[in-house]
Amino acid sequence: MPLLDVDHLTIDIPTEGGLLHAVNDVSFTLERGETLAIVGESGSGKSLTSLALMDLLPSKAIRRARSLRFDGIDLQAASERDKENLRGDRMAMIFQEPMTSLNPAYTIGDQLAEALRRHRKVDRKTARDRAVHLLERVGITAAASRLGQYPHQLSGGLRQRVMIAMGLMCEPDLIIADEPTTALDVTIQAQILKLLRDLQQEFGMALILVTHDLGVVARVATKVAVMYAGRLVETGPVEAVFGAPSHPYTRGLLRAIPVPGRTRPGEPLGTIPGQVPSLVGPLSGCSFRNRCDHAQDACASEIPDRTVTPGHRMACILDPVQTWAEAPALALDDRRPQ
Amino acid sequence: MLMFLLRRLAVALSVVLTVSVIAFLLLHLSGDLALAIAGPEASPEQVAQVRAQFGLDRPMIVQYGAWLADAARFDFGRSFYFRDTVAALVVQRMPVTLTLGAISLGVALVIAIPLGVLAAVKRGSWIDRAALIFCALGQAIPTFWLGLSLIILFAVNLRWLPVSGSATWAHYVLPSVALGWYAVPAVMRLTRNGMLDVLASDYIRTARAKGLRWPQVLFKHALRNAVVPVVALAAVQFGFMLGGSIVVEAVFSMQGLGHLAWEAIARKDFPVVQAVVMLLATIYIGLTLLADLLNAWLDPRIRVA
Repeated sequence: MPLLDVDHLTIDIPTEGGLLHAVNDVSFTLERGETLAIVGESGSGKSLTSLALMDLLPSKAIRRARSLRFDGIDLQAASERDKENLRGDRMAMIFQEPMTSLNPAYTIGDQLAEALRRHRKVDRKTARDRAVHLLERVGITAAASRLGQYPHQLSGGLRQRVMIAMGLMCEPDLIIADEPTTALDVTIQAQILKLLRDLQQEFGMALILVTHDLGVVARVATKVAVMYAGRLVETGPVEAVFGAPSHPYTRGLLRAIPVPGRTRPGEPLGTIPGQVPSLVGPLSGCSFRNRCDHAQDACASEIPDRTVTPGHRMACILDPVQTWAEAPALALDDRRPQ
Repeated sequence: MLMFLLRRLAVALSVVLTVSVIAFLLLHLSGDLALAIAGPEASPEQVAQVRAQFGLDRPMIVQYGAWLADAARFDFGRSFYFRDTVAALVVQRMPVTLTLGAISLGVALVIAIPLGVLAAVKRGSWIDRAALIFCALGQAIPTFWLGLSLIILFAVNLRWLPVSGSATWAHYVLPSVALGWYAVPAVMRLTRNGMLDVLASDYIRTARAKGLRWPQVLFKHALRNAVVPVVALAAVQFGFMLGGSIVVEAVFSMQGLGHLAWEAIARKDFPVVQAVVMLLATIYIGLTLLADLLNAWLDPRIRVA
């Protein structure tokens, strides 16, 4: 039984112009210890997908799924109380805005301890010790003295480390990180990513990493799910998807990455012409077809779900490729510490 | 924190000084004082004598210095009308007004804050709409009319509460409602809007992601941040209530500071007017300072500012 089983997840948001089909029929599974990267551009539905798992969607949003199970628990049938008990305990989330995701009125120590004391019957001392331990673990120096500090006294990088420590307070089985490095400096980004990867292995957690950065995917993830306009267009092990990208959108994304040694200075990077279509109103066919070089009449009618190699699926009428000459030499090799 | 306190104190002191200049000039802008004191039938010699006796022939700046030095020792001279010192008059009337203001503010906050929270949480529901209508009514109804209506209903017809005076706590119930009513709409709306903003913020989502239950999310994480602007408003409203208590004290025949001010203005009893202005302004400034400190305690980010 997978830790997480998402089957045909759909999220609709009523707007003044009509129903916005933000996420359409997204399916994936995740095992313990795996890292899934959900990749896509803004508005592709990747953040909403992760919020849907935590049941933290905006109240207007309508979530449906054929099946939505966490460790066998049916999340759709679970009571509000049951879901509150899961959140923060067995599944935790790290948000992309470290500057605004901590409450300005309470100290770091209070907000860390609270995460543990909500789910475990522990005294203040135990909660405090755990907070210090985790702050040290996420690389914060003078951890004990940080407990009395307020969020505004910390830099963005430190706040994001605090957020990560907060997510780890109850040793969750699943941790969801929504663009955890987007708001940070490049040098800090690398540190935070390495930290997440190390912690994921140390605690044996499953990790879902929501990102638009394929470099991040290559460094951290074992599985990747590429989303476009609310749909999952290609998914599979990172080596398979990056080595033989079979959906034209995935290939377009990979072409847009500069490759050291191959991309010459001044040479334009690959771009995908056109814009993401509106997701308001009824949708049919492949939503990438108006930007796709290979678009055919058949693209307007059906979206196939095809298997490239076992575990590697894609949603395009084109025949899957087995290798791709243009595959960028992303840093797949330094992904796991040997 | 100490620097913050000192800076705020310095600002407050300078405001008090500015008010004192205005209060002092008030006295001299309203015509020849010696003439006013001596009376319309006084001879020029008598006027000159009064002028010398009250020190009104000295330069303005010297008079101001002397007056300020006295005022700092809470000596505002003698009332022109009452056979009493101004200080004694004020001390005698002050408790009534302060009690009335405090209870009124309490009544207003106890009604407005829960209502604002409820309206924000149940946004768009009938509760929210009813609260907003209640607010519009609150602002439309004048204080004196509400006071008289309350008297007719609860004191005359139902006979539950006394009509007028300030002898017992029961005497304060109707005036407090009449005076507090005025502050409810503003406080309620600010609470509601503050809660709406805060509830949509990222840290509330973080609190929910921790699995915290609604009461804790609402009261620990949301309300404390939403209430910061309300504290400043409450201080301002309390100042308005001290000033606005003139009407309520008149309607309910309460012997308070407002009533005294009204009498003093009618009788051109300037020392009393000056004292009341200075006192109310000082209380008002003190309240603003208190609100600043309270906010600094509620929101640690303010402490560095």
